[in-house]
Amino acid sequence: MTPHLVGAVTLAGPRWNLVDDVRQILTFHFMVNAIRAGTVAAVLGAVIGWFMVLRRQSFVGHTLAVVSFPGAAAAIWLGVSATAGYFAGSIAAALVIALVPRTQAGRAGSQESAVIGTVQAFALASGALFVSLYGGFLDSITGLLFGSFLGVSNGQVVALVVVAGVVLVAMAVLARPLLFATVDREVAVARGVPERALSVAFLVILGCTAAEVSQVTGTLLVFALLVMPAAAAQQLTARPVLGLCLSVVLGLVVVWAALGVAFYSTWPVGFFVSTFGFVVYVAANAVRLAAGRRRRTARGTVPLRTPASPGMAAA
Amino acid sequence: MTAAFFVLAHPFLESAYGAGTAIAVVSGLVGYLVVLRGQVFAGDALSHVAFTGALAALAFGVDLRLGLYGGCVAFALLLAVLGRQQGPDDTVIGSVFAWVLGLGALFLSLFTTSSTGVGGSGGTTGVSVLFGSILGLSGGQALADTVISLAVAATVVAMARPLVFASLDPAVARSRGVPVRALSIGFFVLLGVTAGVATQAVGALLLLGLLAAPAGAAQRLTARPFRAMWLSAAFALASMWIGLTVAYLVPTVPPSFGIIGTATAVYLGTFAWTGLSRRWESMVHRGTDRAPADVIFGSPFVSGPSPIQASGITRPTP
Repeated sequence: MTPHLVGAVTLAGPRWNLVDDVRQILTFHFMVNAIRAGTVAAVLGAVIGWFMVLRRQSFVGHTLAVVSFPGAAAAIWLGVSATAGYFAGSIAAALVIALVPRTQAGRAGSQESAVIGTVQAFALASGALFVSLYGGFLDSITGLLFGSFLGVSNGQVVALVVVAGVVLVAMAVLARPLLFATVDREVAVARGVPERALSVAFLVILGCTAAEVSQVTGTLLVFALLVMPAAAAQQLTARPVLGLCLSVVLGLVVVWAALGVAFYSTWPVGFFVSTFGFVVYVAANAVRLAAGRRRRTARGTVPLRTPASPGMAAA
Repeated sequence: MTAAFFVLAHPFLESAYGAGTAIAVVSGLVGYLVVLRGQVFAGDALSHVAFTGALAALAFGVDLRLGLYGGCVAFALLLAVLGRQQGPDDTVIGSVFAWVLGLGALFLSLFTTSSTGVGGSGGTTGVSVLFGSILGLSGGQALADTVISLAVAATVVAMARPLVFASLDPAVARSRGVPVRALSIGFFVLLGVTAGVATQAVGALLLLGLLAAPAGAAQRLTARPFRAMWLSAAFALASMWIGLTVAYLVPTVPPSFGIIGTATAVYLGTFAWTGLSRRWESMVHRGTDRAPADVIFGSPFVSGPSPIQASGITRPTP
């Protein structure tokens, strides 16, 4: 991509002086915009992702992100703005998934995941169809799928900030009842919390977030900002407010570090974002394991084995 | 009918139909078990790993299929190891496969820069791995795909009975001496091979549709596991044939869209079907809640059997 060429021509490489290097990076407008967009996406992804991980809805999140690809492809084919296409695709898919009837208790889970998988595959197939109708823009396909971090325009940054603001306000309103409904569904329903409406609203919020993040990371790498920082934060603390803050901090560190390194490298940004995210996640797991072991040895107790599963008891 | 003869006139279509048939059958069979075991997300992750594996092979100049099968089977084993008892947590799957996809992006860029002198084939190959190129299979590839698919299908059918038992009630299965853990690992490996073979037909991004849609449709129509498994294979096969024919007759439609679109339509159809038949049933005889296909085909049970009853496996008496 051109940014790398620019970097290679005008720069000798990093000077290994953080202040100088950052100053140098910030002299390029595309880098400033990339950092703005990355920051917005990281904050939004970390907050919504925290709830998503807590609700065990990673599969839905991934699907909603992937679905923004046909939205964008259709928008380009029709000559509309790709941003609108991203959001339209994700929100439509969120509503379709919300429609799935949650019937028989035993089999509901698998039926629901089959629907989600079908929605995802069909959406991607439609994306391939739109691309074929448009008549081949192969570079754009990989751009849509793996992100075009370094080509963010001023207008896109404004759009990202506005959407992020709306989504975060909506999330702030829903946060308490949603947390209640997630952690203890039966009690929440008994107390009159509208659980069904909340989960639909959260799906729409998740769709908006996935669409927003995928404009920065590409539809396939959304998880790097949506799952990894949040999952790492939840490994480290179970307290909601602390966890949310930690998730945001980790997300920002991942994005900034990835952008900085990618600026001096010829490898794609998406690779660095997902790799740093994964490193953070693995490190968080290691810290948790180490802490758990220290606590156990301090108490001098052997961890309890999980009790026999209900099936064993019945037999 | 004339269309079918016309279609088989071209050798590339012959290999597409031949390999497609075998791939569809194995995807339908394996897909049903994937849905039954609640491992659709693992299938999703494997489909993305297929992409990374294929591009890694290309970037290092090895045969594409080596990377495809190697990557899928290795990742399947990793998932089997991570999920000790009841399958890995979806956060773990998500984190691992997002990183694997990041690697895929890296290999794509390495391969594109190494193979593009001026407008080379790098991007095209990447896209064909993602979205499939069943019409581009050579005779030899098609034969290899067919053989591998049939081998996997035969293994799945041989394993089906204990596997269904272990999926529906792992605790009881274990107490009856079924090797639940070994079956789970074995199934993951089979799923990996299926992902590898299906990637060549419909592409890494779309193979999930071939796994999930026919299986979901079959599950809506009958509660009996073995009937549903074959029904799922039949739906996948029908989607494959109809999709390929549509793609051949309408040139702008990519074959992958034809196949996945048909599978999705079949799934949507079952929602309408169950809705209608439930209404009809409640008019005719009130109060029974039998699965529609059991109403149509008849069922030995008076009221709807649960999957475990229907599988014919009896619980041990205490």
